[in-house]
Amino acid sequence: MPEMHRTKQARDRYNFLWEWANPVKFMWFSGLALPWLVAATVLTMAIGLIWGFFFTPEAANFGSSVKIIYVHVPSAFMAISAWFMMLVASLIWLIRRHHVSALAAKAAAPVGTVMTVIALITGAIWGEPMWGTYWAWDPRLTSFLILFLFYLGYMALWGAIEDPDTAADLTSVLAVVGSVFAFLSRYAVNFWNQGLHQGATLSLDQEENIANVYWLPLLFAMAGFGLLFVTLVFIRTRTEIRKRRTHALELRERMADA
Amino acid sequence: MSAVELTVTDLAVARGGVAVLEGLGFRLKAGQVLVLRGPNGSGKTTLLRTLAGLQPPMAGEISLPPEAIAYGAHADGLKGTLTVAENLAFWARIHGTHEIEPALADFNLQALRNRAAHSLSAGQKRRLGLARLLVTGRPIWLLDEPTVSLDQASVALFATAVRAHVAGGGAALIATHIDLGLDADIFDVGPFKADPQAPSRTPSAFDEAFA
Amino acid sequence: MIALLARDLRLAIRAGGGFGLGLAFFLIVSVLVPFAVGPEAEVLARIAPGILWVGALLACLLSLDRIFQLDFEDGSLDLLATAPIPMEGTVAVKALAHWITTGLPLVAAAPVFGALMSLDERGYWWIFVTLLIGTPALSMIGAFGAALTVGLKRGGLLLSLLVLPLYIPTLIFGAEAATRGIGGFDNTTPLLMLAGITAAAVALLPFAASAAIRINLR
Repeated sequence: MPEMHRTKQARDRYNFLWEWANPVKFMWFSGLALPWLVAATVLTMAIGLIWGFFFTPEAANFGSSVKIIYVHVPSAFMAISAWFMMLVASLIWLIRRHHVSALAAKAAAPVGTVMTVIALITGAIWGEPMWGTYWAWDPRLTSFLILFLFYLGYMALWGAIEDPDTAADLTSVLAVVGSVFAFLSRYAVNFWNQGLHQGATLSLDQEENIANVYWLPLLFAMAGFGLLFVTLVFIRTRTEIRKRRTHALELRERMADA
Repeated sequence: MSAVELTVTDLAVARGGVAVLEGLGFRLKAGQVLVLRGPNGSGKTTLLRTLAGLQPPMAGEISLPPEAIAYGAHADGLKGTLTVAENLAFWARIHGTHEIEPALADFNLQALRNRAAHSLSAGQKRRLGLARLLVTGRPIWLLDEPTVSLDQASVALFATAVRAHVAGGGAALIATHIDLGLDADIFDVGPFKADPQAPSRTPSAFDEAFA
Repeated sequence: MIALLARDLRLAIRAGGGFGLGLAFFLIVSVLVPFAVGPEAEVLARIAPGILWVGALLACLLSLDRIFQLDFEDGSLDLLATAPIPMEGTVAVKALAHWITTGLPLVAAAPVFGALMSLDERGYWWIFVTLLIGTPALSMIGAFGAALTVGLKRGGLLLSLLVLPLYIPTLIFGAEAATRGIGGFDNTTPLLMLAGITAAAVALLPFAASAAIRINLR
């Protein structure tokens, strides 16, 4: 065993930050943090949503439908944040080969996808009374639809490849290239729609119009969604690490038989 | 072909992220034929692919001159719709050599030169795949079961080609089970089998949780 | 590298269908659309740039999995990886071969199909120009997708799922440039964006694609 460590000496000079990328340390830390995270998530989400839904005045020109922003805005924000987190995690995997990083990216994808779907659906529900249509090819809506497609492709690639390290490598390459194209699509879509909806585009930048009464619960809701994302990613990453461990054990057993 | 030498030091190779062979060390010098032995699934193919640069080693060092490797595996990389000569000429051009006639002659393929590769028998295809080694002009041959589907006469042709190659200052590392009648050293990978129960020897310390 | 290009083109010709298949598909799409939307010339001319661009894109998609799959299966890709050509060069050449066998015939034939869609001369010209500028990007992006899925048994459907979202910016700028050009408006911006995407894809994607292939060969 001490001999085994000989080849690793060069890598043992990690700065303290990277140590948290060790699966053992991650399992220990995430196990410790999870109960607190869950509690914080429930608390902030409850405050944000209950306050937002029941204790904010109805806006004169929006009616009670405006209250859907307490779900819509945070989920839209997290949909983008999740992709960004996946991009960063993928880069960390490609550069530093930390398995937890790759698995966290894998774990975040379905959460991000669900956030995207929630943002799209709540947007449609809100759009119907507001603008008289469930769907318009507004640049923002379209961008989210495209983001959804990118999530689908990313998850499908993870699912299709058997070898976990190959899957981590290829999905990371896809995440990096995909991010560039997703970014490009955002601008392409903005450009594309100029001529169609001059001025009358549905702006979701409600923040400017929102008085403080609406703004504070929205902050809570956004923090709640953020915590929810972190919690879910922690849980899913733990599952992925356990799956990896099972996989490694199986491989070892098969090799011992060979 | 000066200083043709392949040196392997404390090499560990992995398949699917798990080490199959470790602590490998040997040296292949110009003029030498080294035969790899080991049971099926012992990691000979993985070792050859690692040496060819197709996959990264898990640990250890491989030192060899740049662009010295000609790799020959189970799949010959032949295109069925191209003729024998076209297949060979393609690889010759890729490697910047142009002479395919000696290779055709050495493997007794002249008569077949204008046949489409898909119409060849398995043994004929194999011979064409081996002829490709000659047109690469590379000094170190890494061969994975080169004699599969070859008959006695063709095996003799192959042995002659290897002999001529090493006599000209080349070297060959061959995974095979049959006796080629060559003046070869034997390297048995058996003792280097990675211990599946040992703590992980992946290059990353982070992997220990996966073990 | 010229040897590789020559081989790929020769293989495409000998295998048959290399040039024809995408083109036939493109023709069928252009024939089906009028059946679906009706024969009014005005309507057809209005949607023609979009239909032709989508048709070209799908025709391009059809043959993507062939870029690397056959070479992967018969071991050529292993041998090319150990050959003196850098993998980036191999990828770029194979994308170029795909473009010559699939993209270029589409570009050449697009004005003819434009006639089926009631386009006028200006329409022929702009469809031709935008496809000429845009299709290399389609081949290169497709080669990247093919490189990602080369090791998979049933990669075809996954390949479409991965590649089509990546095609969105090219499609938007390509079709927009064509539409504006046909309408007689200034289309410099989308045209430049389209050219920019093609240039960037050809310059950068070979690196990503060759990384993906090396991973798949492991």
